[in-house]
Parts: sequence; structure tokens; C-alpha cells
Amino acid sequence: MLSRTADHMYWMSRYIERAESVARLVDMHYRMSLLPHSPETLADSLGETMKALHMQEAYAQKHAKIEPRAVFEFITLDRDFTGSIYSCLRCARENARAVRGSLTSELWETLNSTWLDARSQIVRRSSQIDIGQFVEWVKERSHLTRGVTVGTMMRDEAFHFTRIGTFLERADSTARILTAHQADLVPGADAGVVPDPFQWSVLLRALSAFEVYRRVYRDVITPSRVAQLLILRDDMPRSLLRCCKEVYNNLRSVANEQSEETERRAGEMHAMLHFARMEELNAGGLPQFLEQFLAKLDDLGNRISSDFLVPPAEA
Amino acid sequence: MGKTPYDEMYLRGSTGRAHYLGYSRWLDGQPGDRLAQKRAEADALFHRVGITFAVYGQEEGAERLIPFDIVPRVLPHEEWIRLEAGLKQRVRALNAFIHDIYHDQQILKAGVIPAEQVLCNSQYRPEMQGVDVPGGIYAHIAGIDIVRDDLGEFKVLEDNLRVPSGVSYMLENRKMMMRLFPELFSAHRVAPVDHYPDVLLDNLRSVAPIGVADPTVVLLTAGAHNSAYFEHAFLAQQMGIELVEGQDLFVRDEAVYMRTTQGPQRVDVLYRRIDDDFMDPLVFRPDSMLGVAGLMTAYRAGHITIANAIGTGVADDKSIYPYVPEMIRFYLGQAPIIGNVHTWVLRNPVDREYVLAHLPELVVKEVHGAGGYGMLIGPAATKAEIENFRRQIIATPERYIAQPTLALSTCPTFVESGLAPRHIDLRPFVLSGREVTIVPGGLTRVALRQGSLVVNSSQGGGTKDTWVLET
Repeated sequence: MLSRTADHMYWMSRYIERAESVARLVDMHYRMSLLPHSPETLADSLGETMKALHMQEAYAQKHAKIEPRAVFEFITLDRDFTGSIYSCLRCARENARAVRGSLTSELWETLNSTWLDARSQIVRRSSQIDIGQFVEWVKERSHLTRGVTVGTMMRDEAFHFTRIGTFLERADSTARILTAHQADLVPGADAGVVPDPFQWSVLLRALSAFEVYRRVYRDVITPSRVAQLLILRDDMPRSLLRCCKEVYNNLRSVANEQSEETERRAGEMHAMLHFARMEELNAGGLPQFLEQFLAKLDDLGNRISSDFLVPPAEA
Repeated sequence: MGKTPYDEMYLRGSTGRAHYLGYSRWLDGQPGDRLAQKRAEADALFHRVGITFAVYGQEEGAERLIPFDIVPRVLPHEEWIRLEAGLKQRVRALNAFIHDIYHDQQILKAGVIPAEQVLCNSQYRPEMQGVDVPGGIYAHIAGIDIVRDDLGEFKVLEDNLRVPSGVSYMLENRKMMMRLFPELFSAHRVAPVDHYPDVLLDNLRSVAPIGVADPTVVLLTAGAHNSAYFEHAFLAQQMGIELVEGQDLFVRDEAVYMRTTQGPQRVDVLYRRIDDDFMDPLVFRPDSMLGVAGLMTAYRAGHITIANAIGTGVADDKSIYPYVPEMIRFYLGQAPIIGNVHTWVLRNPVDREYVLAHLPELVVKEVHGAGGYGMLIGPAATKAEIENFRRQIIATPERYIAQPTLALSTCPTFVESGLAPRHIDLRPFVLSGREVTIVPGGLTRVALRQGSLVVNSSQGGGTKDTWVLET
């Protein structure tokens, strides 16, 4: 397939996944804001999240202090901020429009109407939007988009590139959420001294992991198990291991003459997580592990770009 | 203007023409608000599907619907048979003309058309001189604009031989009508049009460079911001071919390749939807970001087919248009089946004198204008506008032609006040390859403003489904 087409497909699915990830984060903090907390705790937690997502600078240019409603509106509805859900939905739709002839008409219509609906909701009455409802809607649209993708697309290269985009983005998102909470995930917090059980359950719910956690552990929520679930469980759809496995498998299906090294690195990331144990990750330091993981993910994204999507100009 | 336009549906008063009887009976039986409801339904569907065109010079990403009218334009079988024959004849002659111009120029030698009219035309491409193209076909896709005058006669208003657009609306309009009013299609024998993409693809494959057994055909677009982008994406999808931009292509060893995820892939037929000027920055406009450097080298070497060919504009220019009936006689030895609209050529002193004396009654067109711009409609113009044109005509007469103000035929159209007659034209799409084929009908454009004769979508025109009835 055309490299540019593959590139648009890849970014289309990355942006939809990103919109969903941001929606999940907003959802999580929004729910936390409804718990009996001191306002500082919530502001701190929002600050950490924005830091992990590299959003704090853009936010600071518009707002003096971290105030929940302002943060929610900024990362959800802001039309100038490129990382907002609004911008992600717009980018997803723009990428889709650039290759609409290569999408199934169902997929194109889903993305198009998602964008048209979001725009009319936001443009018409952004100050009255119920943030909780809006992010719920974004998640639904993302679920729908993924379902339509899997349900209607031919299993060809185009499909594999959309999957690669989805899972790279999801791995990135999960790693960043863990980064935002790395201070609470240190092993010491494990000895029955749960810092804030409500907070963990909210986090797990936001990642659709609460019920999975209960089924897997049938026990109280401890930070160490949260980390294990979100990093090393192969059967947890948003875990780092699961995402890396998907990226690796899809990448193998599109391999070309120059992609051997990229494939090897993706395989290495998968194998490392597949055979890792939580104790080792903790011994090496979870923050360091997450930092390295994000750097490797970044490298992988760049390599996929130059191998397939934006090949260097023909000499 | 005095003349009463020909009404496509009604004979006089409310008596329907024979081929419209079934429809008008159905129409009379519709409850008051059903049509309005159906129209709203159509608008919502077009938006969701994204059948829009980009509007230049407005807010970024602004997209508008081309208004779709739910009253079809119906052509009886006999009329279509005649039209079809006339269109095929005309396009054969036009292709013969372009081939001749870029080879022996017999028509110029015979003095049928003044040589400087052709050779000094900005659309004449000396780069094409002596270049052989497969089958001698230049205008693979032609959109011929047809109007019906007050006597009910069809006339050709304009030939579009460069990158004619609108066929996607022909197809989408039919789909929409079948969805909104299925009962009409079980009551009428309407000739189908939805095989157009198959015919087009077959046609493009048939003109591949010699020796290529299984050609790779691609559609070249200027990109998602182009006003006709929807159509480009639509046709590429329907034909199952890649939709490429200039940046996706490159030329190596006089051959054209596209960049794919599996490395370079050879391209054999380029269905291009951008103008000659932008095709190759090494030969035409050097600032073009839309084309492919070196494309002309590959083309002249016969390693790729470009559809439509480079240089077809020399035959659809308004200054050449008056000579098309002569071309038909010259190349085919036949009398034209469909005539031209009478045209005064203003470089010719006799014509000029007449036109300057009758400006308020005439339509004056810029020879290179398109899309309804650069045009004076005498009866609708102010004194100042007329004087302005007069000055321009006197200064550069060769840039203008003039035609009588036509009483374009009308067809009932759903407007705010209900059903009312509006002026229409017809653009059938004529495909030339191994043979010449036309999908029955074409795109009917309608001027939605009362009294307006401008049907262009960029100026408030809408479209209608076009039915050719089978016997």
C-alpha cells in the first residue's frame, strides 16, 4: 500500500486511541474530585498527570494555577491545545479524510460523525458541557471506532498499520499513567499500608481494570499488584505486555526488506516483558524502568515511520 | 429576454409531458410535508457520509454540501439515443483534432481553423508535439455541457476536456434517490448508472502503455483541501485503485513509481485530477508542489499514460469551441448531430461590432474563464458592469466570445416556497478508450435562485438525479 496512506491510517488510530486515553484520565480525576479529598491532593494528582503527559507547560501558558474544572476543560475541550480530546478527534478525522477512499465507508462515517458531533457539542456550549458525560461519550465513540475497524476492515496491511498505531499509543498511555503514580507504586507501600484504596479503585476503573483485578487477585487492592496487572499481565488488554505483543505481531505481518531491525526491537520489548518478574522491575527501580520503556517505545515509533510510513526521499 | 423557456416536465399549464406522466401523478399524490421531510433526510445523510466540497477562502476545513434537489430530471429514451450519438460523434472529432494538432496539423493547413488561434493559445503544449499516446486518445474523460433552448433543441454549451468533475454527484444522487423514493424506481424503468466506475477503470486499463498486461492505475489528486477531493477519494475507492498525491510519486529511469510500504511500485496509468500547469515542475510551473518532477520525460518516452493527456485544453478553450462543428465535418465527414450555441468571436471585427452594439442582450465569456467566473450576463448586468466589459472587449477582443442569452430549459425544483421552475443544464460524461462509452444520463445542474442561469456549484447551483428512461 501507499506509504502515505499507511501513515494516515496509523495516525488516525493513534489519535482516536489518544482521545480515549485522555478521556480515561479525565474520567479518573473527575471521579476522584467527587471523593472527599483535600483540594490540594487533587491538584497534586492532576499536576503529576499533566507532567507525565507533557501538558503542564501548555496549561501554564493559559492558567495561573491548577484548578480542577480549568484542567478538565483544558485537556478536554481546548481548541488551541493540540493535546486536547477535541484536537485528537479533529486530527483523527483529518487523517481519515485524507485516506477516506481506503477506509470502509462505515469506518469513515463513524469518524466523521464523531468529529461533527464533538464539534457541535463543544462549539455550541463548551461552558455547560458535563465533563463526566462528555468523556464517557468519547470512550463510547472510541469503542465504536475500534469495533467498526475490526468488524469491517479487510485483514491487509492497512488493518495492521491501524492496529500498530492503536497499541503503540495505548502502551504509551498506560506507561504514562503509571509514571504519574510511580511514587505510590514503590514496594514499601505494599505492606498492608494502602495509601488510599479509593484512589486505586478509581484508577483501575478508569482503565477498565477494576473488574479484571478482582477476578485475577480476589483480594484487596495493593499498589504492587496494580503495577503487575498493568505491566506484566498478558491477558489485561491495556497492559504494557499485551500492547507490545500486539505491536510485534502486527509488525511481523507487514515486514518489508528494511524493517528487520525494527521487528527485532519490537520482539525484544515483548520478550523482555514476557519473561520479566515484578521483583526484578522493582529492584531496578520502577521509575527508571518506565522511563526506559517510554524511550524504547519512542524509538520504535520513529523506526516504523522511516521503514514504512515516511520513507526517506528517493535519491 | 422575451423567450419562454422549455419546461422539461410540463407541456403547458399542468399537463405533464408523456415521459413525466408517471412521476407527476406520483407527485400529485404526495402529502404536503413529505417532500420537505425527505429533503431534510437527504441533507443529513449527505453530511454524515461527508459528500461535501471544500470552499476556498473560508474558515479552515470549511465544507459545504452541494444542494441536492429531490425532483429528478427525466429524459425520454428517444432523446437520449440521439444525444448519445451526438456526444460520441463530437468527442471522436475532438480527439481526432487534438491528435492532429500535435502531429501533422492538417486542419490548420486546410485553413479550417486559423493557425494562430491554436498555436498561440496558452493551452497549446509544444511539449506534446510528435508524442504518440496509446490509441491516439487524448480526452479519455470528457464532460460535455448540454443545454436545451426555448425550442426544445439540445445544444452544446461547452466542452470540458481537461479534468471534468461532477460524476460522483451523478452516482451519489442516484443512490440517494433510490434510498428516499424506492417506489419511484419500481414504477419507472430508469437506466442504471452505478457501473460508471467499472467502465472508467476498464477504459483506463485499455489505454495502458503498449506491452503492459496488467497495468497499475492510480488517481492523482491535489489533496484533501482540493474542492473536488470527495470525488477523487470516491472514484479511487470505487475503482479500488490508489489515491496518490504528487509527493507519493517519483520518476527513476524514465519510469514513474509510487512509494509504498513494500518499496517502490511501478505506475502505468495516471488518472490525474490536477491541471497541466501543475503536473511537472521541471516543464510547467516550477513552483508546483502538486506534481511529479520528471513526469513529462517518462510520458514522452511512452512509459506512462496520463488521462486526460497533457494538452487537451487546446480543444476545450472557448475560442476553439466555435470550430467544433467544422471539426466534425473535417475529420468524420459527417454533419454534427448536436449543434453549438451561436457564438460571436470578438477577435473578428464584424462579430465585435455586432456584440458591442447588443451587449445588454448577450452573454459575454472570457475565453479562459471557468466555473461561471469572468462572465457578463447582459440582461442581468448593471450599466456600469456592461461599460466595464465594453472597455475590456475593446482593449483585448481576443479574450472574449459572446453568445445570445439562452432561455435554458427549466425543471420543477423544490425550493423554499415549494415547487418552482428553475433553469438546468446537463453534463454527460463521455469515456474514450478501446471504444467510446457513455453511462446513460449525466449530472443535471440546477440554478437554484429564481431567474438565475448560473448552474455552477461554486455559485449557488445544485444538482438533480438524471433519469434516462428505458423503453
